[in-house]
Amino acid sequence: MTTNKLSVTIERGSDAQEVFEVPAYDNQTVLDVVSWVQQNADPTLSYRFACRVGMCGSCAMMVNGVPRWTCRTHISKVLKGNAVTIGPLRNLPVIKDLAVDMDPFFDKWVGAEGVHHGALTRDDPIAPVDEDSAPRVEANAGIECINCSVCYAACDTVAGNADYLGPAALQRAWTLLNDAKDEGRLAILDAVSGAGGCHNCHSMGSCTLYCPNELDPMSAIAGLKRETARNFFKRGR
Amino acid sequence: MRAARGITSRAHPLWLAYILHRISGLGLALFLPLHFWVLALAMTDPARLDGFLTLTEAGVVKLAEFGLVFLLAVHMFGGLRIMALEWLPWSPSQKSLAAGATAASFLIACLFFLKAV
Amino acid sequence: MLSLRLYMLQRISALLMAPLVLGHLGVMIYAIQGGLSAAEILGRTQGSVLWFAFYGLFVVAVSVHGAIGLRTVIHEWGGLKGPVLEAVMWAIGLALFALGARAVWAVTFAAGLGA
Repeated sequence: MTTNKLSVTIERGSDAQEVFEVPAYDNQTVLDVVSWVQQNADPTLSYRFACRVGMCGSCAMMVNGVPRWTCRTHISKVLKGNAVTIGPLRNLPVIKDLAVDMDPFFDKWVGAEGVHHGALTRDDPIAPVDEDSAPRVEANAGIECINCSVCYAACDTVAGNADYLGPAALQRAWTLLNDAKDEGRLAILDAVSGAGGCHNCHSMGSCTLYCPNELDPMSAIAGLKRETARNFFKRGR
Repeated sequence: MRAARGITSRAHPLWLAYILHRISGLGLALFLPLHFWVLALAMTDPARLDGFLTLTEAGVVKLAEFGLVFLLAVHMFGGLRIMALEWLPWSPSQKSLAAGATAASFLIACLFFLKAV
Repeated sequence: MLSLRLYMLQRISALLMAPLVLGHLGVMIYAIQGGLSAAEILGRTQGSVLWFAFYGLFVVAVSVHGAIGLRTVIHEWGGLKGPVLEAVMWAIGLALFALGARAVWAVTFAAGLGA
């Protein structure tokens, strides 16, 4: 295996691609391959990573047309023959080579009211959280999101609808809605009911299929649809 | 566009259910004006309406009818599937639900086809 | 592009149509046996308040449902947005309703038919 060479195609710029020969090793992630290219073949190659252990959510790329966290994806899992194609994350503006501008993704996170809405001060006693309550279980299911934007890149609705907030932001809205310590219920329901809100989702499920942490944004969005629909009948709008 | 050819492995059951729902909806929306226009001939030109209705005996038209009934059935079951997974507390077994919806629609379309010939 | 109100309209019109579609499928399977003719269709529908209500409701629901559905597709795949998109949605809905209402009228209460 160590004597083999990988044929690595990297998408650079709007329509340019470059093919690199990379030595194959037994234990090698997609990120290792990209790093080898940058360190040994072309130091001008731009890409982004930080933790290398699947926590920071900064190294996601398109690998053979599929969005993946590259630091936790073994190259043997994605090779076709000995070839692989790596490109920048879909649905986000490319800065250079494999680095995309994550601003739209995080702006929509805030746009979905993905912020803490507190009502207590430091002088109040700490409110207990019942770990077994149904809303808490619902919230816990979605809080391990690492903001890698894999779901955002996987979603065809995002691709066709620039205003759509996307799976990650809406899932965060859903976890906050179920959080006993969050007081932003109406603000959240309003934020996810607008032109870019949860009702644009077509439940195609690519977010849930590709989430590297095996979260289920599609079900979280369905929860938002249920809550907003219930609220619609109650409030009459 | 680069993004458009981005995802190569879309072919999972839920995505297929989504695209089937969209294509069937588009097909029905395009067919409806023709359907309405032909029926309105009953008022304006009854002889011509009969002419159109005789056409339905032809093999090709029968096949097209089968297609339309399939679109209608698939869109209805697909829609019920969406509402079930959005509004009812549902389990991850919706993949089989999607498959079941397609199967049921196909069954109805087949029934129509068998009766028609 | 879908706000909560359009989403609810889309779902409510869909729920309304589910039994209507089943009825329509049933009538089709029944009606095509032995071939279709204008006389047969009109014999069933002419002067019938029930069929007028059935198909009238169907036409209203499908106009709403089709217009909102096409609006989504036109936005996502065609890139139209803003007031143009709103106008297209209304045009589709009104056109579907006009054509459909005319058809329902033709097979139920329009006078002087050849049947």
